[in-house]
Amino acid sequence: MRQDHLITATQLSRADIEAVLDRAAEIDADPGAVADRYREAVLALCFFEPSTRTKMSFETAIKRLGGATTDMGTVESSSVKKGESLADTVRVVEGYADALVLRHPSEGAAKMAAEFVDVPVINAGDGAGQHPSQTLLDLYTIRENVGLDDLSIGIMGDLKYGRTVHSLAEALTNFDVRQHFISPESLKLPRGVRFDLHNSGAQLREHTDLEEVLPELDVLYVTRIQRERFPDETEYEQIAGEYQIDDDTLELADDDLAVMHPLPRVDEIDPAVDALSQATYFEQAHNGVPVRMALLDFLLSEGEL
Amino acid sequence: MSDRELRVSKIRNGTVIDHVTGGQALNVLSILGIDGSEGLGVSVVLNVPSDRLGLKDVVKVEDRELSQSEVDVISLIAPEATINIIREFDVVEKNRVDRPETVIGLLSCPNRNCITNANEPVETKFDVVDEGVRCTYCGTIIREELATHIDPE
Repeated sequence: MRQDHLITATQLSRADIEAVLDRAAEIDADPGAVADRYREAVLALCFFEPSTRTKMSFETAIKRLGGATTDMGTVESSSVKKGESLADTVRVVEGYADALVLRHPSEGAAKMAAEFVDVPVINAGDGAGQHPSQTLLDLYTIRENVGLDDLSIGIMGDLKYGRTVHSLAEALTNFDVRQHFISPESLKLPRGVRFDLHNSGAQLREHTDLEEVLPELDVLYVTRIQRERFPDETEYEQIAGEYQIDDDTLELADDDLAVMHPLPRVDEIDPAVDALSQATYFEQAHNGVPVRMALLDFLLSEGEL
Repeated sequence: MSDRELRVSKIRNGTVIDHVTGGQALNVLSILGIDGSEGLGVSVVLNVPSDRLGLKDVVKVEDRELSQSEVDVISLIAPEATINIIREFDVVEKNRVDRPETVIGLLSCPNRNCITNANEPVETKFDVVDEGVRCTYCGTIIREELATHIDPE
């Protein structure tokens, strides 16, 4: 299937995903083989929200492919501050670059941007919508650790606003995966994501308590519950406290469990977990580079994924 | 309904939208963008008895023949509606409304954080799905009270 842009995880078939992950594995094994492949390429970074991992790993990825970046900088220092529309910004920036990575606070921003430009657009997060390149590195990490079929995954935390959750859940419907969603009632999956999951025939169950499902999990994907989602500080602390894990929590878990987190974490994974063999989140973050190199390789070489 | 019982007289030329779900006629006019400022003769009959619907509304628009694509969007709130094109007092064409695949520029997205609500040069676009309509930009589904999301612009 031809894909000019990467906007949502729902656009990705199993074949698309496997093609990117296979390419990422090749690159990971021999990064030098692609070191000069895109010497003339320029990747535009348009981040309307702060980012560390996504932005830096895209930057590293294009540099390791021989290319360069052009960076919009912060919103405060750009024409956005003067009231420029996103549609205008991306039409200007496409003249400077071969592909465009966009993070924006509004849901649907990347889809709209892709309608205005001819260069590939990669959605690096649109509000509480999607974050599909994160999903590709999540899937790569899962495949490397436990494989992608006959899998039980628990996805925990802010399922309502968590864009990494939405993309991951939708992509996982391509595989033989039992998905368990663990969250407080107020942060359950939104209706639109639920609609897509049901349409894809996903095997999903919802829980409010991690302990009831933890022993059967191969992967536990933890996300941050954000303070600003709760009007009341006490309510936040009480609820967030129920969705934190530490080394005691993991005594119920399988030794081969992979604990993942898109990062940044605040206090939902106790630092004591870092030393356990189950901690996979830093490896996951590092995988952002080869996976994004593979993604860029597809989008820049063929103009399609 | 016989001529003796007619509440609104026949029109010479234009469109009669019949079998509108009771109470939805004013929303039908909103969907069609008709608010009286066009100078068209418009008659609205609300909540009259109907064998098929129990209660139905009827909308008559004089001197304007509505296209199928214009009226299909009415099916979202009045799925049983029939469209009668009138010329010289005779019905020359009679059609049912069909569910459209997409609805463009008519509804506003209830998600305040959707890019279509961010002063960008983009029209709203909704896919028609079993559950209602779904914003193609942010994925928000509108299931009920569709008419309350009609964009007054």
